[in-house]
Amino acid sequence: MKMYSRFFVVPALIAGLQAASAGDITGKVTLNGNPPPDQVNDLIKADPNCGPLHKDVVKIQFYVVDANKGLKDTIITLKGVAGKSTGEAAPAVVLDQTGCIYTPTILALQTGQKLVVKNPDPVMHTVHPAPNPDSGNKEVNKSQMPNGPDISFTFANPERFLKIKCDVHPWMLSWVTVVDNPYFAITGADGSFKIANVPPGKYTIEATHRKASGGKPVTKEIEVTAAGATADFSLDGPKAQ
Amino acid sequence: MPHVKPSLPAAPGGPGLHRFAWLTAGVTLGLIGLGGLVTSHGVGMAVPDWPTTYGYNMFFFPISQWVGGIFYEHTHRLLASGVGLLTTILALWLWGTKARKLLRWGGVAFLVGAASRPWWLPHDAHQTGASLGIVGAVALAASFVWPRREPSARHLRWMGVAAFFGVVLQGVLGGLRVVLFRDGIGVFHAALAQLFLVLVTLIAVFTGRWWAGLIREQSSRGRGAAAGLRLGLPALTGLIFCQLVVAATMRHQHAGLAIPDFPLAYHQIWPALDPASVATYNANRIETVAVNPITAGQIVLQLVHRLLAVLIFTGIAWVAGSTWRQLTWRHPLTRGAAVWLGLVLLQVGLGAWTIWSNKAADIATAHVVVGALCLVTGALLTALAFRVLIPGRVSLPATVARTNRGAPAGAPQVNLTH
Repeated sequence: MKMYSRFFVVPALIAGLQAASAGDITGKVTLNGNPPPDQVNDLIKADPNCGPLHKDVVKIQFYVVDANKGLKDTIITLKGVAGKSTGEAAPAVVLDQTGCIYTPTILALQTGQKLVVKNPDPVMHTVHPAPNPDSGNKEVNKSQMPNGPDISFTFANPERFLKIKCDVHPWMLSWVTVVDNPYFAITGADGSFKIANVPPGKYTIEATHRKASGGKPVTKEIEVTAAGATADFSLDGPKAQ
Repeated sequence: MPHVKPSLPAAPGGPGLHRFAWLTAGVTLGLIGLGGLVTSHGVGMAVPDWPTTYGYNMFFFPISQWVGGIFYEHTHRLLASGVGLLTTILALWLWGTKARKLLRWGGVAFLVGAASRPWWLPHDAHQTGASLGIVGAVALAASFVWPRREPSARHLRWMGVAAFFGVVLQGVLGGLRVVLFRDGIGVFHAALAQLFLVLVTLIAVFTGRWWAGLIREQSSRGRGAAAGLRLGLPALTGLIFCQLVVAATMRHQHAGLAIPDFPLAYHQIWPALDPASVATYNANRIETVAVNPITAGQIVLQLVHRLLAVLIFTGIAWVAGSTWRQLTWRHPLTRGAAVWLGLVLLQVGLGAWTIWSNKAADIATAHVVVGALCLVTGALLTALAFRVLIPGRVSLPATVARTNRGAPAGAPQVNLTH
């Protein structure tokens, strides 16, 4: 009985100590250079079913930058994390289809974490996750009727910017980054991010934007202590070809 | 130096068969265009199931649901079924009275299939049963009124059989592309479509009076052109087919324009292909539809496409010049080569326009259709060269005799008209 207690108590103590000494990683991502002008989505306006759902001009934003050059929608991940994915227990991430546009267009979740796709549109869509063939994630293509029941997906392997598309409306795109640990973030409108409760230790932190810096991760070495850590990034805007 | 008898012999198989074959070829070209629209709009997966359409038997899918990309993909499938039907009728027609038995037993088999309520399609068993029943009943009824005409020449009959199996294979490939998510199957599907169009067009030409009336050319000038053209035409046609396979590969990589400018490539004659440069190209791309990131290999492939275009254009210009110099303007090869040159010029223009328009769907589709016409024209000119141009060692009377021997029974004999 004594051994049995120790079997549970010791790991719980270690976990408790780790949590007590865990820190938050905070930082900000800015864009170095000027973003290109937003692209007007002519296709959506031309569609007889989706066009009437929009009063204003619909634009495709590749770079969402605020007045201080804060870069939204940058994925922040850690390399060298000892922890495993807690995706199966994590709450589902929701991807909405409103007015024939995916919201949000940039997502991140863990392996095994549920992605729930909703369709409040009065239009039929297909939901088609098209992973990189080398990732090991499965490609599927499911139809979803207007106001139809939700569709769920999970992804078994890590992958950057896994494309989700609607084949009925080819301009509909969303990009899901799949991570195999719970320590990641997406930058907000001002470019800031926070990864909470990171176990103490040295890590490589990566900032990846779908377009900035050529879509390649920009890395930094950091050490997380109970006081946390800070990492700011400056990603490059489009270069002349 | 006429090459066609003033009074043409009757078309082998009758004018109805000849016109029907042309109808099949024309609808096939339309189908290739529609397939081009599907890939140009990036909606090849808009109907995620096959052989059903959103769970329906495809012929019962409500028109109200033909929206967005579904419209292109679904109409492509319906038109493909139409080409399948036309090809089946064409193949049976070529077999003449011999097709009666096949129609009768085929009709019975379809009716039995309909009565058994197809178990392999649980969602649309009634609809599929009805479709099979209608086809079976029509085939059975047709077997009683099928014309008792003589079968066409042996080679035509077997071309019909090849077309039938080709169209079946083509349909299966199209379906497998959807359910297996394999772009490679899409490339094969696109390439086979081109070969199928060539086959059906050749059937159309071979069943015509014009073809039956052609005689072999044996003038001194024609003899000089014969060797070069009989070698050059099939080589050029093969090169065009290779070009179409390269183009199909580019389209089915779903990467959009790997090179966004023309005539240069990323403002250079030969663009940088190192990973950093390719990453910059990708970062600078403005994608409004779902396209995959481009790779160095895809850039090279588009450069190969451009180089092949130059080679093909040069080759066709040589053919046009060669026929112009060595044959008369009235010679069908000279006229055909002029049409070919016009088509390839148009094709080069459309290729450039495809890039300048950022791959606008209608322009890119026109590029696909004219590409198919270039291949078909090459195949027809090749067949024509082997029909009318002979090396000097073959004597004309023997040739004409051989032509007459190959004609179907009852067909008028080819005579010298010089």
